[in-house]
Amino acid sequence: MMMHIDVSTVLRQTLSCELYSNLVTRPTGAAVRTQIEALLADAREVSLTIIDFSHVGMIDFSCADEVVAKLLLRYVAAEREDREAYFLFRGVTDDHWDAIEAVLERHGLALVLEDEGGVARIVGMVNDGERAAWQKVYERGRTAAADLASALGTAPEACERLLDGLHRRRLLMRLDDGYVAVGGLTNVHG
Amino acid sequence: MTSVITVPPSLDDHTFEQVVEQLASIPADAKLLVDARHTRWASPYGLTALLALGQTRQERPSFAVPETEDTASYWARTGFFRHADELFDLHGSVPRARAGESSVLLEITAVTKSEDVHDVVGRIQQKAQQILTKELNIDAKATVGFAMTLSEVCQNIVEHAGRGGWVGVQTYTWRKRLGNRRVVVIAVCDAGCGFRESLESAPGRVRSDRWDDAAALEEAVIRGVSRFRDPGRGQGLAGVRRYVGRWDGKVSVRSGTAKIAIVPSWDDDVPLLEKLAPFPGSQVQVTIPERVAGGTR
Repeated sequence: MMMHIDVSTVLRQTLSCELYSNLVTRPTGAAVRTQIEALLADAREVSLTIIDFSHVGMIDFSCADEVVAKLLLRYVAAEREDREAYFLFRGVTDDHWDAIEAVLERHGLALVLEDEGGVARIVGMVNDGERAAWQKVYERGRTAAADLASALGTAPEACERLLDGLHRRRLLMRLDDGYVAVGGLTNVHG
Repeated sequence: MTSVITVPPSLDDHTFEQVVEQLASIPADAKLLVDARHTRWASPYGLTALLALGQTRQERPSFAVPETEDTASYWARTGFFRHADELFDLHGSVPRARAGESSVLLEITAVTKSEDVHDVVGRIQQKAQQILTKELNIDAKATVGFAMTLSEVCQNIVEHAGRGGWVGVQTYTWRKRLGNRRVVVIAVCDAGCGFRESLESAPGRVRSDRWDDAAALEEAVIRGVSRFRDPGRGQGLAGVRRYVGRWDGKVSVRSGTAKIAIVPSWDDDVPLLEKLAPFPGSQVQVTIPERVAGGTR
């Protein structure tokens, strides 16, 4: 199940005000996240949600902590048994990045960003091995651990652990006997 | 008997200490006159801190406005008298505020709730971009960080002060240290509970041997400690420090009897001042200097 959430629309609904396009203040961030969580409540066990910042003017640190970090902590880092929720962040510009980067660092989180051209990349707290593995899976489309091990020249067991870790962090989706990068669904059959 | 406090001719974050020192011996319920008749200039810190002073008094104090017409009309344009009128009995000629003062980037604005921060950030964005890029030669990219900084320092009032405060943003030429270069200054002042009391209210807090206003400021400003146990808290001031560092700016925070500052190379302020005369709440100033070829200095 794929869902698209326009954050600026949620913001305006939350504040009941058309004038504000900035994600500022912690109470605002908490209210926006609560609204996003309400939308996610209808999602199935496995879901991919696009969190779209395209029409958000700016976001401050407090709001980024509430909207981005706490959302990821709740659905991703908590490794919920009942839900496999994946997030792809779209429309994140330099104007948003400082705040988002700071909260990812603070909480040791990572996420997948999609740029204007539809190309995805992994950002935040990941090591070089994780980054390389994610990138390879993204480029290849659905990939089994053994195939990735040969592509990266690493031991299959180490590769399996790497992929499993990325899956637990909801940066890779597990599909049948392989893995697909969040943001790389178009490559599944490619 | 009415006690009189004389406002210095030039009122900024340093000279405001003279005001606080005079205030220290006057009980909060005593009659007070704040005499600014001979004041010629005030920074946004000075003006917002005067409002915070008014907030500390149990009995409505009096305020003698500057006698110099230029000064009084400038203060009017900053919106100072509009707020002062709610706190003080104003004496002297109070000019009507007129629009068109370009150096007032943000009129003095009351901050009491989250919506006020939205309003402040919304109002400043367009003008800030113009000022930062055209007057201060700062990259347009800095505008968003500037608005974020403003948002975070204002949120400190909403989240921690326990009562309202004021914010003002202004550009001016700094002759003393920067050789006629322009600066943009954010000042946010309140007379709320201050950093020490805020941190003391943290659940399960264990007191350390050294605990005073200076220690509280070090924890909050340098180490990003907050009264909330949530690990995501305390990022606001850390973000402000990062922004200020990137643009070679300065941030100072006064609370209670201490003042802490992140001091750039162009300034000679002391990083930590202790045992100052007590003043409630917190008073924050962020200064971003004009960029010149080869650095800020």
